[in-house]
Amino acid sequence: MPTLEVRDLYVSVDGKEILKGLNFAINKGEIHALMGPNGSGKSTLAYTIMGHPKYKIESGDILFEGKSIIEMKPDERAKLGLFLAFQYPVEVPGVTLFNFLWKAIQANNLDSTSPRVSKLPKSVIDYKRELIDRVKNLNMSEIFIYRPIGVGFSGGEKKRMEILQMAMLKPTIAFLDEPDSGLDIDSLKTVADVVNSIRSQDLGIVVITHYQRILNYIKPDFVHIMLDGRIVKSGGPEIVEKLEQEGYAWIRETTAESAD
Amino acid sequence: MQATKKKIDIDYTKYDFKDEIKYVYQSKRGLSREIVEEISYWKNEPDWMRRFRLHSLEVFLKKPMPTWGADLSEINFDEYIYYIKPTDRKGKSWDEVPEKIRQTFERLGIPEAERKFLAGVGAQYESEVVYHSLREDLMKKGVIFVDIDTAVREYPEIVKKYFGTVVPPEDNKFAALNSAVWSGGSFVYVPKGVKVDFPLQAYFRINAESVGQFERTLIIAEEGASVHYIEGCTAPVYSEDSLHSAVVEIIALPGSHVRYTTVQNWSKNVYNLVTKRAVAYEGAFVEWVDGNLGSKVTMKYPAVYLLGRGAKAEILSIAYAGAGQHQDTGAKVIHVAPYTTSNIVSKSISKDGGRTSYRGLVKVQKGAVGVKSTVKCDALMLDEFSRSDTYPYMEIDEELVSIGHEATVGKISEDQLFYLTSRGLTESEALTLVVLGFIEPFAKELPLDYAIELNKLIKLEMEGAIG
Repeated sequence: MPTLEVRDLYVSVDGKEILKGLNFAINKGEIHALMGPNGSGKSTLAYTIMGHPKYKIESGDILFEGKSIIEMKPDERAKLGLFLAFQYPVEVPGVTLFNFLWKAIQANNLDSTSPRVSKLPKSVIDYKRELIDRVKNLNMSEIFIYRPIGVGFSGGEKKRMEILQMAMLKPTIAFLDEPDSGLDIDSLKTVADVVNSIRSQDLGIVVITHYQRILNYIKPDFVHIMLDGRIVKSGGPEIVEKLEQEGYAWIRETTAESAD
Repeated sequence: MQATKKKIDIDYTKYDFKDEIKYVYQSKRGLSREIVEEISYWKNEPDWMRRFRLHSLEVFLKKPMPTWGADLSEINFDEYIYYIKPTDRKGKSWDEVPEKIRQTFERLGIPEAERKFLAGVGAQYESEVVYHSLREDLMKKGVIFVDIDTAVREYPEIVKKYFGTVVPPEDNKFAALNSAVWSGGSFVYVPKGVKVDFPLQAYFRINAESVGQFERTLIIAEEGASVHYIEGCTAPVYSEDSLHSAVVEIIALPGSHVRYTTVQNWSKNVYNLVTKRAVAYEGAFVEWVDGNLGSKVTMKYPAVYLLGRGAKAEILSIAYAGAGQHQDTGAKVIHVAPYTTSNIVSKSISKDGGRTSYRGLVKVQKGAVGVKSTVKCDALMLDEFSRSDTYPYMEIDEELVSIGHEATVGKISEDQLFYLTSRGLTESEALTLVVLGFIEPFAKELPLDYAIELNKLIKLEMEGAIG
C-alpha cells in the first residue's frame, strides 16, 4: 500500500475542470518530481491533497495509508503528516514565524500516538534550539524567526521559510510547489542542501517544478510529466534529460500518438 | 485544548460577578438640581465647585442629544442612579478597604499588579474612590496621586487653575453631565523634571445596576516631567443598562511626556461616553493608547491640542465590536502651533453583527507650518453581518504641511486561513492568530501583564467565531 495514493481524481476550481482523471502514488522515502507546463494542474494537485476549500473534488479519491482523506479539513491532513511548501506563502502581519510555528507544532503534538509526532520538540526550549539550528543551516539570520510571517520577505526568504517549516514539522509526505522559482543559484543550492539533509526513509517528497535545474541538486527517484490535468508519462530521472533536450512538444507528440 | 478552555471560562467570570454591598448612601433615580446639590453636600466641597456643578447641569439640560455617531436613543436619564457612596473610609492600605470591596479588587488582580509593577494605584467602586496609594519615594519628590475629591479639598489652587479648562462643560452634552455629577477619578501632578518610572493605575468598577459612573481625571505634567497612567474598567452584566461618562483632562507642559493607557472591558450593557482631551505645550509629547473591547455603545475620541511648537501626539487605538456592540471611536488632533506632529493608528475588529466606526479629525490651523500628520485606519470584518465605517475629517488651513491618510478594510482571506490550517491549526485557532496579529501594534504598547490579559480577552471573544 503506497503512503499516499491518488485515484482517478477529477477536480474543478470555480467550475472549471483542472484535474481530469489523475493517478499518482508515493511511498515514504521516495523523491518524485512532478513536471509539466503552466496550467497543467501540478499546483492544483498539491492544493487538493492539502484540502484547499476552493478545489472541488468531482470524483476519485485520495488515500493516506489506505484511508480516504477527502472529507478531512486541512489541519487534520497536516496532523496526519501531509505538508505543502507554498509557491507563494501568505503574509500574516503581527504574527511571528516563531509564534506561529510553535503553535503549529503544539497542534501536531496533540496526536501523541503517531511516530512522526514523537520527533517533534515538546518544550519551547527544545523547539527554539532546533529552530535556530535549522535557521543557520538555511544561511539565515536568527532575526528571521521573529519577523511576521512573510511580511517584507524576499522571494528567496519565502522559499526558505517554507523549507524551514517543513524541516520543523517533519511531515511524512511533503509537496514542494516550485521551491526553485525566483531563486538565484546560491539560494537554490542552500534550499536543496537542506532538503537533502532531511531526506530519510520516513519522508516522501514531491518536487513540483518547470525546470530540471533544481533536480540536479535534489535527485528524484521518479519523474512524472503532467499535461492537461493528467500524468501522461512516468519514469526515472532519464526523462528529465530528454525533456530538457526536446521540450514538452516531445511529450505532446508521444501522448497524442498513444491516444490514437 | 481542554485546559485552555477551562482557563478562559474562569477568566470570564472574573469580570461578571456581583457583590451584595450595603451602601452608605445612594441617591434616588434621576437627575435634578437637588441630586447635584446632594452630591456636592456629601463631598463637602468648596462653593466654587458647587456652582460649577450647577452651571454644568444647566448646560447639560440645554444641550440636545448628539444625533451623529452611535444610537443613544435608548438612554433615559431619569432611570440612572447618579451617585452611590459605597463606604465612609478611603483606604491607604488594602486592609482599610471594606472586605467585600477589597475582595472584588483582589479577584480583578489589582493588589497583585500593584505589588509587581505599579508605582501607584487608585481603585474606584461605584461613585467613590475606595483605595489610593503612591510609592513613597515619588511622594517625596512631590508627585501627587490622589482621588480628585481629595485634590479639590487639599490642592485647591492647582485644581481650580486647571479643572474644566481642557474640557469645559460647554464642550458636549456628556461633558456637561459629567461636570454636574462627577465623582471620583484621579488627580495626578508630576513636578518639574520628575520622571515617574513605573505606571500609575486606576481601576474603575461598576457593581450596582443602573448606576452611572462619572469619574473625572486631571493630569498635570510640569516642565520636563513624565508619567504613564493606566486605567482599566469592568462591570458585571445586568439586565438594565448602566452609564459611564468620564472626563479626562491632561495638561502637558513644555517638554513633558504623558502616556494615558485605557483598556475598557465594560459589560455589554454599559453606555460608555467619554471625553478625553490633552493640551500639549512646546516640545511636549502626549500619547493616548486606547483599547475598547466592552460596552454596548462607546463614543470616545481621545484628543490632543498641540499648542506649542514641536509638540507631538500619538493616538493608538483598537476597538472590538461583537454582537450588539457599537464602538464609535477615533481620535482628534488640532495642530495649533508650527512644527507639531501627530500620528494616529486605529485598528478595529467587528464580528457577529458588531459595528465599529472610526471617526477622526485632523485640523491644522493657519500658520502652523511644518506640521506632519499621519493617519492609518485598519478595519477587519470577520463575517458578512458585521459593519465598519470610516469618517476621517481633515481641516487643513495651512499649505506648508505634510498630511498622510491611509485606510484599509479587510476580511481574513481564504488563502490566509488555508495557509495557517495547512500547518495543523484549526480554523478557529488560525482566525484568533490573525486577529492577535492584527492588534499586535497595540498590544506591544501595553505593559506585559496587560498585553497578556488583552490577548486572553480577544481569544475569549474569538471562541466559536466559526460556527
